[in-house]
Amino acid sequence: MTDLPRRVLAALGLPIVLVALWWVLSAHSSSFFWPPLSEIVAAFPRTWTADPIMHDVLPSLARLAIGYLIALVAGVALGTAIGSFRTLRALCEPTLEFFRAVPPPVLIPVIALFAGYTGWTAKVITIALGCVWPILLNTVEGVRSLDEVLRDTARSYRFGRTSTLLQVVLRGSSPRIAAGARQALSIGVILMVISELFGANRGLGAAIVQFQRSFAVPQMWTGIILLGLIGVALSGLFRLVEHQTLAWYRGLRQAERGA
Amino acid sequence: MLDVDGLTKTYDGHGRSVEAIRDLTFHVGDGEFVCVVGPSGAGKTTLLRCIAGLLDNSGGTVTLDGTPVTGPPAGMAVVFQEYGRSLFPWLTVRRNVEMPLKEKGLGRAERAAKVDAALASVGLRDSAGAHPWQLSGGMQQRVAIARAVAYEPRVLLMDEPFAAVDAQTRAELEDLVRRLWRELGITVLFVTHDIDESVYLGQRVLVLSNRPTVVLEDVPVPLPDNRDQLETRSSTSFTETRNHVYELVQTAKRGGRPAHAG
Ligand SMILES: Nc1ncnc2c1ncn2[C@@H]1O[C@H](COP(=O)(O)OP(=O)(O)OP(=O)(O)O)[C@@H](O)[C@H]1O
Ligand SMILES: [Mg+2]
Repeated sequence: MTDLPRRVLAALGLPIVLVALWWVLSAHSSSFFWPPLSEIVAAFPRTWTADPIMHDVLPSLARLAIGYLIALVAGVALGTAIGSFRTLRALCEPTLEFFRAVPPPVLIPVIALFAGYTGWTAKVITIALGCVWPILLNTVEGVRSLDEVLRDTARSYRFGRTSTLLQVVLRGSSPRIAAGARQALSIGVILMVISELFGANRGLGAAIVQFQRSFAVPQMWTGIILLGLIGVALSGLFRLVEHQTLAWYRGLRQAERGA
Repeated sequence: MLDVDGLTKTYDGHGRSVEAIRDLTFHVGDGEFVCVVGPSGAGKTTLLRCIAGLLDNSGGTVTLDGTPVTGPPAGMAVVFQEYGRSLFPWLTVRRNVEMPLKEKGLGRAERAAKVDAALASVGLRDSAGAHPWQLSGGMQQRVAIARAVAYEPRVLLMDEPFAAVDAQTRAELEDLVRRLWRELGITVLFVTHDIDESVYLGQRVLVLSNRPTVVLEDVPVPLPDNRDQLETRSSTSFTETRNHVYELVQTAKRGGRPAHAG
């Protein structure tokens, strides 16, 4: 605990230096595309008032949340099934590898064909489809690599199906699932933006493009900064949850390294 | 109680097959304490896993109280050789011991009492809140034993359960298992590679041959039920039985087999 201030300082050190550098270097900029940082900062509260937050930022985040949750549930459920049954795995694995290799933005035109691209559905599907692969594949791997002895223990003490699934299989795979979920989160943020670039829509990504097209350059920069802050906040939130639920895994790893 | 009849087990896979158990036949009576010794790789773990219903055998039958074992039977607890890996790393020691009791459907108060008693009996009361990976190997092994004890099984299968504990703890745990066996009237099948231990603990010692495995000899242990680490181990009948088992294991290692089996 005593080194907490030091760690906070270490984490914030580089960003502070970079922002300071940006501030100083852009201070006398007269370039239209690189306005001084002070100008961008001043534009921030003017740009992100209640209305765009309500109608652009929050809907984007809501779509991200829905798509991500769908991916999480579907990925863990399918991954557990595939990881548990060898024949199912043999059947699915090549196909999964193929779909994983397809970059999710490529799917957008296809999804747009079926779902249209103005509503929420297509965007949510895009996010979910992009997020599901890392979660799915990591869950398969996690379930598969669960220690045989733990399975035997659960069997010999006659654990019920539900508690074997929840308390043994999923708990044991949770470090891998979390790793997949973390990858999926950054993919989700990217897709949240990209899914809004097609067709005229509202949303954080769409707003940034609008600013760019109308040459509101400082405003565009505020959007990009906001996006970055959202990314940092989401990964912070993720870490917090992970910190709580996977404390045992960190301890285990540490003990194994020490031994 | 427990009947193993003509049990065979051949592992297949990766293009080669290993005949681990050729033909095992023996009987364990209700409330008996039987030890199994044999060379490393003889198939002791394989035998235990077949009895526990965790492994399908290739031939023969295992019957428990007249019912063929096809899956893990009720009222049976297993202490695995890989004790450390058999503990759930995400649960504390207390929750590890408690989990099977919960699955059994016991109420909270009853569970707490049994967990406390079991942890106290292996001397781990103070580590109840720790996670398994915070404990030494010997302590982990004791958690696995406490979990089996708290479960109050009718049949207890133990696979080299004291391999990782120091001599002092080992003696204590031996006496603990003997005491539990006598108090609870459970049936114990105990695999060990320690010949002295097998004689000290068991009423009978099954000596297994080399692979492919058969029973080399079923040695009765002519010792009273009341055993004492110093007194029993220095008695002449202990020494004689021990020497006999030792000879048998040496024979087994050289590939010796009983006259009637190939
Ligand atoms: N899953 C498996 N697949 C293939 N062969 C196996 C498998 N498990 C065990 N064997 C083989 O079966 C034989 C018996 O193994 P087993 O683990 O039962 O021996 P053991 O008597 O318990 O040995 P130890 O005293 O070293 O624990 C060994 O030759 C081993 O290589
Ligand atoms: Mg073994």
